[in-house]
Amino acid sequence: MPGGPMSQRREKAQILDAAGITRAITRIAHEIVERNNGVQDIVLVGLRSRGVDLAHRIAVKLEEIEGTKVPVGALDITLYRDDLGKAETQPVVRRTEIPFAINDKKVVLVDDVLYTGRSCRAAMDALMDLGRPRLLQLAVLVDRGHRELPIRADYVGKNMPTSHQEQVQVLLTEEDGVDRVVILEETAD
Amino acid sequence: MGTGLKRKDLLGTRDLSPEEIGLILDTAISMKEIASRDIKKVPTLRGKTIINLFYEPSTRTRTSFEIAGKWMSADVINISTSSSSVVKGETLKDTGLTLQAMHPDVVVIRHSAAGAPQILAGLLKASVINAGDGAHEHPTQALLDLFTIREKRGTLAGLKVAIVGDILHSRVARSNIFAMQKMGMQVRVCGPATMLPRYMDRLGVEVFSRIEPAIADVDIIMMLRIQLERQGGGLFPTLREYSKLFGLNLDRLKAAKQDVLIMHPGPINRGVEISPEVADGPYSLILNQVENGVAIRMAVLYLLAGGQAAAN
Amino acid sequence: MRILIEGGRVIDPANKVDAVLDVCIEDGRIAALGPQPPAKNAAPPDRVLDARGKVVCPGFVDLHVHLREPGREDKETIVTGTRAAARGGFTSVCCMPNTNPVNDNQSVTEFILDRARKAGAVNVFPVGAITKGQQGEELAEIGELVRAGCVAISDDGKPVMNAEIMRRALEYAGMFGIPVIQHAEDLHMTGKGVMHEGLVSTELGLQGIPAASEAVIVARDILLAELTGSHFHVAHVSTAEAIRLIREAKAKGLHVTCEVTPHHFATTDEAVRSFSTNAKMSPPLRSSRHVEALKVGLTDGTIDAIATDHAPHTVQEKEQEFDYAPNGIIGLETAFGLTMTVLVEGEVLTLNQAIARLTSGPARIFNLPKGTLSVGADADVTILDPTREWVVDVRKSASKSRNSPFHGWKLRGEVLATIVEGKVVWELEG
Repeated sequence: MPGGPMSQRREKAQILDAAGITRAITRIAHEIVERNNGVQDIVLVGLRSRGVDLAHRIAVKLEEIEGTKVPVGALDITLYRDDLGKAETQPVVRRTEIPFAINDKKVVLVDDVLYTGRSCRAAMDALMDLGRPRLLQLAVLVDRGHRELPIRADYVGKNMPTSHQEQVQVLLTEEDGVDRVVILEETAD
Repeated sequence: MGTGLKRKDLLGTRDLSPEEIGLILDTAISMKEIASRDIKKVPTLRGKTIINLFYEPSTRTRTSFEIAGKWMSADVINISTSSSSVVKGETLKDTGLTLQAMHPDVVVIRHSAAGAPQILAGLLKASVINAGDGAHEHPTQALLDLFTIREKRGTLAGLKVAIVGDILHSRVARSNIFAMQKMGMQVRVCGPATMLPRYMDRLGVEVFSRIEPAIADVDIIMMLRIQLERQGGGLFPTLREYSKLFGLNLDRLKAAKQDVLIMHPGPINRGVEISPEVADGPYSLILNQVENGVAIRMAVLYLLAGGQAAAN
Repeated sequence: MRILIEGGRVIDPANKVDAVLDVCIEDGRIAALGPQPPAKNAAPPDRVLDARGKVVCPGFVDLHVHLREPGREDKETIVTGTRAAARGGFTSVCCMPNTNPVNDNQSVTEFILDRARKAGAVNVFPVGAITKGQQGEELAEIGELVRAGCVAISDDGKPVMNAEIMRRALEYAGMFGIPVIQHAEDLHMTGKGVMHEGLVSTELGLQGIPAASEAVIVARDILLAELTGSHFHVAHVSTAEAIRLIREAKAKGLHVTCEVTPHHFATTDEAVRSFSTNAKMSPPLRSSRHVEALKVGLTDGTIDAIATDHAPHTVQEKEQEFDYAPNGIIGLETAFGLTMTVLVEGEVLTLNQAIARLTSGPARIFNLPKGTLSVGADADVTILDPTREWVVDVRKSASKSRNSPFHGWKLRGEVLATIVEGKVVWELEG
């Protein structure tokens, strides 16, 4: 059973190294500035947990480019998931920490991997419960395809077509001690 | 990856592990944030049915569970003795079987007989949460007390607590003793000798029959409600004497630590077990306890709802 | 009708017999013990029971059962209760007076005896009430009760709380040479208690019944036995303190006796942790300290008899909250297995001593012409396999009720056959 707890996975390929991740973030930051004519009213909200790290990195870049600090919040979507009681293990609920009002802001949601779109759907619901943003944009480091909902990212670090059996793993120094993105595949054993 | 509680029911703190208690408290931190929002609702338990089955009158506990369920989008139904077939003499077993036929996901029960939630848990596929059974347990109260203490002190291990009052009849005391000890706290109990169960010391708690030494060097004083109807029943002569011997007032509090925290599970008898100045004083956590009750109950509802999947 | 029980190990504590012998039964009486003399002109026996490798002993005598008839035939009847007794190896049972109506007059006694004679599987010896309606106020017509067939008096389940009434009951019963049985419990101390007061009750928050609740009444009534010189019998003794008092009274030469139930020596208050109402009884299951004291009392002879306090209740009554469920469990069919498993395997009693506590012990203290294999005695005989293992299954009980905490227990020691006055009333299949 793919993704089951018994399956073994091994690394198939590295799709981004540390420099690649940095370049992707830099490009996303520039695109945000370009598309929004600066960073006026921009706030970043990362999805727990690696989306938050990425949001902070983007904020640093934005400050380099524009000289303005952009607020960064952390969003936990556990309570908005659509698979409660269905998942093998129950996710731990973590804190949502958005210490600023999002009303009338341009909110950029930041996540590491865009896949089925369900996490993004949950994140949008969660955000809407917190206020009424002027607009909502989505930034992801990797888009691996296989969408199950009509959702599209505004900023993509890397498009990487994958199969369902594969897994995209984003490793960041903040959490994992290293910066790289790899594809894992299931082994027969 | 986390994991839910590996249990169907929450019947008491005695059979919870320290890890489970930690998980519930951690989860409640996130839940508490929801209370500060303008829109106090998350869709987590959408489509789930929670039945509050209350055989004893209770406003705060029932309301707390009701709010917790509603903030998580569950459908919450309240059944109390005055408005159900309970008054017609239906047995708990038949009530349980009737409820089962309505496919609830969670049943919260308050009952005057110890062990009633165990009976219900054996009958129902739904998760059963004990909201107080006789003098046995009241686990969510103990959990919210621990949460409140941890919130103020940052930790639990090593803290000293004195529980003062009618220990004999208190389910709050029992659940707190079990839970606090599991989390590494030192527990003392204090009250009239007639209201301290024998063998209390064998639970590993220190026993005091005078309040002054009991509260002298503790971090938390937890005052229990004295049941007015027990007056003259042979356990204590009068409320007046009880208040003189065991009531917590500003004068007595001078003997305690400067930053001692004051707790009370409520509802309080002002001027009997606790003076108004103490109840409303700067170190009183009584209202924090109420506020945290909702977060704890949200956490328990969430974790049990997922625990069912883990058990299947 | 002649029955020959061949080749069994005959244990008859009343006669200090322990040997491999044949037992010959003729016309409802023990005709002969020993190797069968070569039959002269006598016909061969009608029935031969092969008891080789088994134990043959007097039928058990239970001083304390509730047959519930008249009044609560939904729980038990004399027919079903005595069948359960037969399955448990009991050939005589003393039934308590808390029926409806209470057995406080000769017509109830006569009703019970009449039903038992017509339909009972084993001998029934009624116990009459001490006071009218078991109200603890006025003495019942004790003389009439004795004349009608009562062998003792008791207000079982309703302790006689008034010391003056108890004194008069002892004096009055003394005229007839019958014991006064006391369910020793201070009802004021018990209050609303539902289990033993101890660590477990403290943890469960169930109201406790202190051990002293039993001992204070035992102490009081020993003093009254001393005052009156009458026979005071303590029902289902359960505490270390009561055992101590009874031991001292016996040493002083007072006419004080007592019985213990299998559940009180086989289980502790830990059984209540699950809130199982089959662990609810009066007196309550005690802590291990008391259980150990009961075992010492059995070993040193302070305890005269093992009695079941067989107390049938319906499923719906027991399927309630612990606080509301009635007290008591059925016990006739598990008594011997528990005695063997806990007391004999546990080296508290020898096999001979254990059989004595079930036969000669109870018969002697209640003056019953039972519990012996003497030639000429009523042929009440039980055949046992003391090592055979079996699993308790309440669904197979002969009792009308199912309230046993021992369901699923694996026991050693099983009753193979029960003979009452020369008639086989129970035989284990296979």
